[in-house]
Amino acid sequence: MTTNNEVLIQVQNLHKSFGDIEVLKGIDAEIHKGDVVVIIGASGSGKSTFLRCLNKLEEPTDGKIIFEGTDITDPKVNINLHRRKVGMVFQQFNLFPHMTVLKNMTLGPVKLLKQSKSEAEENAMRLLERVGLADRAHAYPSQLSGGQKQRIAIVRALCMNPDVLLFDEPTSALDPEMVGEVLDVMKGLAKDGMTMAVVTHEMGFAREVGTNVVFIDEGVIVEQGAPDEFFGNPKSPRLRDFLSKVL
Amino acid sequence: MEKFFNDLGASFVKNFVTDNRWMQLLQGLGTTVLITLFAVLIGIALGFIVAVVRSTHDMQLKGRKCRTAGDYVLKALNVICNIYITIIRGTPVVVQLLIMFFIVFKTSRNGLVPAILCFGLNSGAYVAEIVRSGIMSIDRGQFEASRSIGFDYKSTMIHIILPQAFKNVLPALGNEFIVLLKETSVAGYVAVQDLTYIGNLIRSRTYEAFFPLITVAVIYLVIVLILTFLLTKLERRLRNSDH
Repeated sequence: MTTNNEVLIQVQNLHKSFGDIEVLKGIDAEIHKGDVVVIIGASGSGKSTFLRCLNKLEEPTDGKIIFEGTDITDPKVNINLHRRKVGMVFQQFNLFPHMTVLKNMTLGPVKLLKQSKSEAEENAMRLLERVGLADRAHAYPSQLSGGQKQRIAIVRALCMNPDVLLFDEPTSALDPEMVGEVLDVMKGLAKDGMTMAVVTHEMGFAREVGTNVVFIDEGVIVEQGAPDEFFGNPKSPRLRDFLSKVL
Repeated sequence: MEKFFNDLGASFVKNFVTDNRWMQLLQGLGTTVLITLFAVLIGIALGFIVAVVRSTHDMQLKGRKCRTAGDYVLKALNVICNIYITIIRGTPVVVQLLIMFFIVFKTSRNGLVPAILCFGLNSGAYVAEIVRSGIMSIDRGQFEASRSIGFDYKSTMIHIILPQAFKNVLPALGNEFIVLLKETSVAGYVAVQDLTYIGNLIRSRTYEAFFPLITVAVIYLVIVLILTFLLTKLERRLRNSDH
């Protein structure tokens, strides 16, 4: 059940090769405002590459990615301006270790969005409050647990007030007992209407929160649909095979 | 025994007090510190620039062809940097100093500026390799996180990569500057009156080697100890933040 809201990202015939190896072999997809698109697939299937193409951390070899009406694969587009509107959360958190949590969060807003320091900090504190980490504002990343780091990484992305958030296996590097706290934050965001694209192995999250689940295998979208239908009645043999292994 | 101490006293007076020789030593020390200081500044500036050029080239152009005019400029800069590093690291510093004084600054009578430039250029090559290793040691994820926020390559370098790289290579950089301080002792080759030169001068005047040379050695040692102490402090302060 894709929502009927306006299209935020439209991907057309996306190809990506690394040298001779073609990882993405023509992907078409649409992400609407307010969607939570969950992308699943085996490792090496191309799902992370697909996600990283959406903010051009990987340069697509061919195809179009139209974001809010602009084709970002056009070399004339200022990719840095595009990236401000697309937040990204990584598997390895990638907080800046030489800065406090607060500085991690305010660097972008102050330097790029030209917010005043106090304005940016106020905003950051509000977000920290929301994920229950206000008391860690002046800590350095090395003093945080994995779950805390990832929650900080999420609010750091939110500080830029993005139109969409990309999650690249956000819970895969976490100890099992910390997965819940990160997923809770993501569920909260989804409830507030944040548009998200999530690469994950958390099938529970996909079923519960996803508005649309996409199965990528060998560089193509094999099947997609609303979670109930997708998990309850998978049509393609490859998806059935995959689900039987992970569920 | 008494004679020994009397001789020692006389020798001390002769080597340090007569003709205000201690003043000469102090001036020599001043010259050594001056050369080192300016050479360090040149070395850091040059080293960081060369390191950024080389690592930018390695990260962005390695394994693909030049596409834009900027790519070609970067490639050319990288070639220049490589030649510079190869020449500096491949030749003795004394030879570089002589070339700087007798060929490049042919008309100059004073060796001080050529010496500063020579040691600065020399240090820059080593600093460049140290800093480059620091940049390359930063996890790719740091680049990606910064770029994903919307920072361009330059801001990413300035705010995210270089501060971390600098901290990682601080011990190696400190070592480089200690080596540089001691390396300036060959400045006498172009008649710069640095500490070593003065010590040797006093030796040749008094025909006594012990006091002047040991004194010079002790002064170098003390400066190196002070530098080491300061660097350790700085390292500890920077390390407060992480790992």
